[in-house]
Amino acid sequence: MTRTLAIFKKELWGYINSPIAYIFVIVFLLMTTSFYFLYAFLDAYASVSSLLNLFPRWFVLLVPALSMRLWAEERKLGTEELLLTLPVRSYHLVLGKFLAGVALIALALAGTLTVPITIGMLGNLDVGPVVLGYLGALLMGASYLALGQFLSSLTTNQVLAFILALVGCSILGLLWLISPLVPELLQRWIESISAANHFYSIAMGQIDSRDLIYFASLIVFFLYANIAALEVRKW
Amino acid sequence: MISVARLSKSYGSVHAVRDLSFEVRSGEVLGFLGPNGAGKSTTMRILTGYLNPSSGAASVAGHDVVDEPLAARSCIGYLPEHTPVYTDMTVREYLRFVAEARGVPRRDRKRAVAAAIVDCGLDNVAGRLIGHLSKGYRQRTCLAQSLVHRPPVLILDEPTSGLDPNQIVEIRGLVSELAKDRAIIWSTHILGEVEALCERVLIINAGRAVALGSPDELKRSIPDARPLRISIAGAPDENAVAQRVAAIPGVRAVDRLGPVQTEDGLEYELRVTPDDDVAVRDRIVESTRDAGWRLRRLNALDPTLEDVFRYLTRDGGKGAAPEPESEPDPAGRVGADDGSRDDDASREEGSR
Repeated sequence: MTRTLAIFKKELWGYINSPIAYIFVIVFLLMTTSFYFLYAFLDAYASVSSLLNLFPRWFVLLVPALSMRLWAEERKLGTEELLLTLPVRSYHLVLGKFLAGVALIALALAGTLTVPITIGMLGNLDVGPVVLGYLGALLMGASYLALGQFLSSLTTNQVLAFILALVGCSILGLLWLISPLVPELLQRWIESISAANHFYSIAMGQIDSRDLIYFASLIVFFLYANIAALEVRKW
Repeated sequence: MISVARLSKSYGSVHAVRDLSFEVRSGEVLGFLGPNGAGKSTTMRILTGYLNPSSGAASVAGHDVVDEPLAARSCIGYLPEHTPVYTDMTVREYLRFVAEARGVPRRDRKRAVAAAIVDCGLDNVAGRLIGHLSKGYRQRTCLAQSLVHRPPVLILDEPTSGLDPNQIVEIRGLVSELAKDRAIIWSTHILGEVEALCERVLIINAGRAVALGSPDELKRSIPDARPLRISIAGAPDENAVAQRVAAIPGVRAVDRLGPVQTEDGLEYELRVTPDDDVAVRDRIVESTRDAGWRLRRLNALDPTLEDVFRYLTRDGGKGAAPEPESEPDPAGRVGADDGSRDDDASREEGSR
């Protein structure tokens, strides 16, 4: 646990020292809240769900910017050799890095809480769906991060890591946009692998174990793939 | 403390390390020599758990590096070859991170970091970003990283690359101080370093151990004759002398040491590496007399570690690579990191 904490702190420090973290948080806050207010004024209707609906798209673009450096930078600097010869297990390293990224996503999400708080002050706010919506958003962000972190471990080039993660997250997060265009059989399949669909179903306020299992298995699968990618390179 | 038994590592058809065995006791510095791509770094990476061996076993402080990786790794301080450092951290932050990740208890961490900073002469840069430091300071920062948890085993991959001569002397002093109660592996190209520091030297070539012993033992182990130093007077010019001596049967290499002005003209000095001990000397005497020159001096020299190294690694691994179909590189160099040919070897061939 202390070893994971050491990696977590180092990784968080790495984010604080790089412009990426600030760009991520600021762009995310700026884009989500400004689009939200735009919609709110156009429709003259304020609801938290129209804010939540913005998250999947911006995560697709911004989470890869967080995940790209996680391993690619270590491999470029050669510090991967330092990390992998520490007396820690691969999963300590993978988990420490992952949790640092999740912390940053949580920070960005916390910044948007101003919107539900404002709505709560102006009128009636149903707290339950808001809490669920934010939980769903965090799970979705964490899934994208796990995917991006795995892809980052496959290359020494951060730009390539970003592009790979962007493609991967687009498949998870944006594929549902084309679902009206494809045959019905494919539609169901696309909806079941689409992160956005699972997120919307959580954000609607229905706790369904299938949605939770979906995100949990994405996270576990890609973190495990990341560990495997580190281990296989020893041979 | 370090025990390596029949260790092999291959990448596909390339054999980086073959059947390597050696031990290092506590209180000993083992010099680890070999040309580029001989398998030094691969061996060290197996010991530190960065790579898994293809066969054979290695253990550190009694812990097998594959079966008990964490126990083995926590006994090791490792300085990798290309000085990996986080350029966006200060020296102190970097050392603090390594100390924490290596499990130095919180209450000892500050003291451990401060001691490593002092030991490696980093006092006046401790608060600076590593990215702004010179190569020498980065190297020392990385060395400090390997010491911060005071491990019983130190594995140093080319610890003096990028340092100036004064810094090399300092680091060598520090390491021999540390060696009193530690097992240390020190890999290098600089043979003088090994002679000053190591009780034992392991030379590997093309992944195989070709010699293991004290520097003195190794120097005596060359089956060839000792090198000769000769001075010849009365010759027209240095080229003529060098060519004539090189043409003598049994002379493997001739190095020119330059002309020396004496009372009756120039004397040409040569260093001759012969194939056998006595007959060549006779032939040199005869040959110079036949040319009408005067042999002023002929004395046998002690071989240097360079001679041993050049002798043992001269084929660039030709003899040690029996599977030609698996070796696309005609020189048969195995596991070459940088692909640079050993200049000495080709020069030697040219003068033969």
